[in-house]
Amino acid sequence: MRTILFLIQKEFLQIFRNKTLLPVIFGVPFIQLIIFVNVMTFDLKEVKITVVDNDHSVYSRKLVSRFKGSSLFRVSERNISLHEAEDQMLRSQTDVILVIPRGFEKKLVKEHKGETQVLINAVNAMSAEIIHGYVNSIAYEVSKEIMVDLKLFRQMAGRKIIQVTPSFWYNQDLNYKIYMLPGICIILVSIVSVFLTAMNIVREKEIGTIEQINVTPIKRHQFIIGKLIPFYLIALFLFTIGISVGWFFYHVPVNGSLALLYGVITLYLVGALGLGLFISAISETQQQVLFTCFLILIVFIIMSGLFTPVESMPRWAQYLNVVNPFVYIIRAMRMILLKGSGFHDLIPEIAALTVYGAAMLSFAINTYRKRA
Amino acid sequence: MKRFLGFVRKEFIHILRDPRTMAILFGIPVIEMLLFGFVISNEIKDVSIAVYDQSRDADTRNLINKLASSGYFKLMHEVSGPGDLTALFKKGEVKEIVVFEPFFSKKLHEQHKASVQLITDASEPNVATMIMNYTSSVIQGYLNEVNNGTALPLQLDLRVRMVYNENLRSVYMFVPGIIVVILMLISAMMTSVSLTREKEHGTMEVLLASPLRPVQIIIGKVIPYIVLAFINIIVILILSYTVYGLPVQGSLVLLLAEALLFCIMALSLGIMISTIAETQLVAMFISMVGLMMPTILLSGFIFPVESLPKVLQWISAVMPARWFIVIVKGIMIKGSAFEHVWKETLIITGFALLFILITIKKFKQRLE
Repeated sequence: MRTILFLIQKEFLQIFRNKTLLPVIFGVPFIQLIIFVNVMTFDLKEVKITVVDNDHSVYSRKLVSRFKGSSLFRVSERNISLHEAEDQMLRSQTDVILVIPRGFEKKLVKEHKGETQVLINAVNAMSAEIIHGYVNSIAYEVSKEIMVDLKLFRQMAGRKIIQVTPSFWYNQDLNYKIYMLPGICIILVSIVSVFLTAMNIVREKEIGTIEQINVTPIKRHQFIIGKLIPFYLIALFLFTIGISVGWFFYHVPVNGSLALLYGVITLYLVGALGLGLFISAISETQQQVLFTCFLILIVFIIMSGLFTPVESMPRWAQYLNVVNPFVYIIRAMRMILLKGSGFHDLIPEIAALTVYGAAMLSFAINTYRKRA
Repeated sequence: MKRFLGFVRKEFIHILRDPRTMAILFGIPVIEMLLFGFVISNEIKDVSIAVYDQSRDADTRNLINKLASSGYFKLMHEVSGPGDLTALFKKGEVKEIVVFEPFFSKKLHEQHKASVQLITDASEPNVATMIMNYTSSVIQGYLNEVNNGTALPLQLDLRVRMVYNENLRSVYMFVPGIIVVILMLISAMMTSVSLTREKEHGTMEVLLASPLRPVQIIIGKVIPYIVLAFINIIVILILSYTVYGLPVQGSLVLLLAEALLFCIMALSLGIMISTIAETQLVAMFISMVGLMMPTILLSGFIFPVESLPKVLQWISAVMPARWFIVIVKGIMIKGSAFEHVWKETLIITGFALLFILITIKKFKQRLE
């Protein structure tokens, strides 16, 4: 026991005396958290729309003014041709081109039909789809307005209506930040626990100090525990900071029990630290560690369901995800924090994380050899 | 010159003798291409839902069948009382519960108005909104059937054309993004780490004491990485063409020339980092959190620059990657020519010169 304590003391001394690394470990995650949370949203802030109005009528202006009135669109209506507008789009100066044909109003009044052309820059498919939705709803509003204007509402009377009332539970305002923050905390904690652990041990290998430890009477499990506990504590500390920042600044709710939250994160960290240990056992240089970690983390994170729902992934990806600890921990975090789920709701996740932790740790201990 | 070539050979051997790193370096672009292409998707299909049907009549039955057979949803539960709703969500078993009011059919046919409540688990807000929209559209479709297809008395028809990307595929977003990330990874990150490694091991001094001039050492160091980076870009372009059918609309030569420029910029950045960092770990952390993360997050690769908060948009303006992505997207997707992207090219050149200048200054100081 005393040996382990000394080892832990040694690790902490080494970590805290490195003046360049210290701010990186503790400061950077904090900044990242704030930046990440603000970046990872798919809300559109401003869409530039160029109007090519060939009709210059009351109704065409009505349509344009609806766009002007929306907070999303910024309308530019200099009199230009479609060709010029397309050139603007090529130069990324506009996102949407609205073309109102000659005779737009006439056709609306006579045939009750209006046609306009909308060109959306769809290089970013996701934004384009959202823009499409907004454009449609504006067109719908305008068509209702015109219907009132042309006194067509009487013809609507016979129609049946089903009124749909949406209610969004656990996140009424559809706040993206409280959704992303728990997942981002997990990423930061994982980088520290997997990457730092692996780097730390391989560095000892590279410099040769690991041999000095190997010739001491320190046992294998003592060495490993001595290595893992400091990083466990650092990771836990960062996690606490992350959740507090979320709670203070972004109003991330903590609906579930804190004990359960820390229990689950501990289970996860055992697996993550074990993974770090395992990577260090199979690597000889720090460069190898870097690239191995990079590959594993990138695959795990992309597939974790942090950005897009796991359920939307193809079946083979879902099978692969069985061994992805990020899937379980991110789901568990969101469930505990946002929905206040209890132990019984989380049994599948907890079981998976326990198996993962146990497997990783025993795997790592067995690959690590005391040898010269 | 012969001395220099020997040095370059030594560098190649250094890189090639670590097969795992090589495999990963060539594997990352391929894996990323496949993951982004096939795994990342926001598609709504087979989402688990529950219904709480308080009226159990012909219309609600029909609607439930419509929802279940739409392909978007999978009916998991029929809830019998309001108390069960919370438990279902807490377990995470369903993502939406459709609640029909009592006497649904009666109200629909006699009062011409009935109502449905859609409760979604908004702990995943984007999914919740999409599920909501899909459910509403199924309900709307059913309503049109009930109304015998009578159209609205006035139709304002928007003929929407998705320019540059008719089928709304995400390939157009991620291919340029992956090119940038790979260039950064190989050029900036690997260079900084490998130079710092020489410092950490003390072999840098040996090199500096050799008859090679510092400029030769630096150039010799970076040549292998340029070669690696170019092989990777070509692999990415081939994959994007063969797997996703995305051709390069503009000039390939221009694209590769711009890539070379960006490569040089990233390499000088990597060298600059190595003059600051003392250990590999520090170099890695600086390039990972200072370069990779901002490159991925702030360059418009995944998250569009326009939707960032103002302050972050300013920060993103000093990210060379952001301008490079504009160039790559322009050339690959829109077929832009040099006259369309000269401004961005100038910005990247400016960055490259700046980094080279700082490095030369720092490097000299270290020699003394």
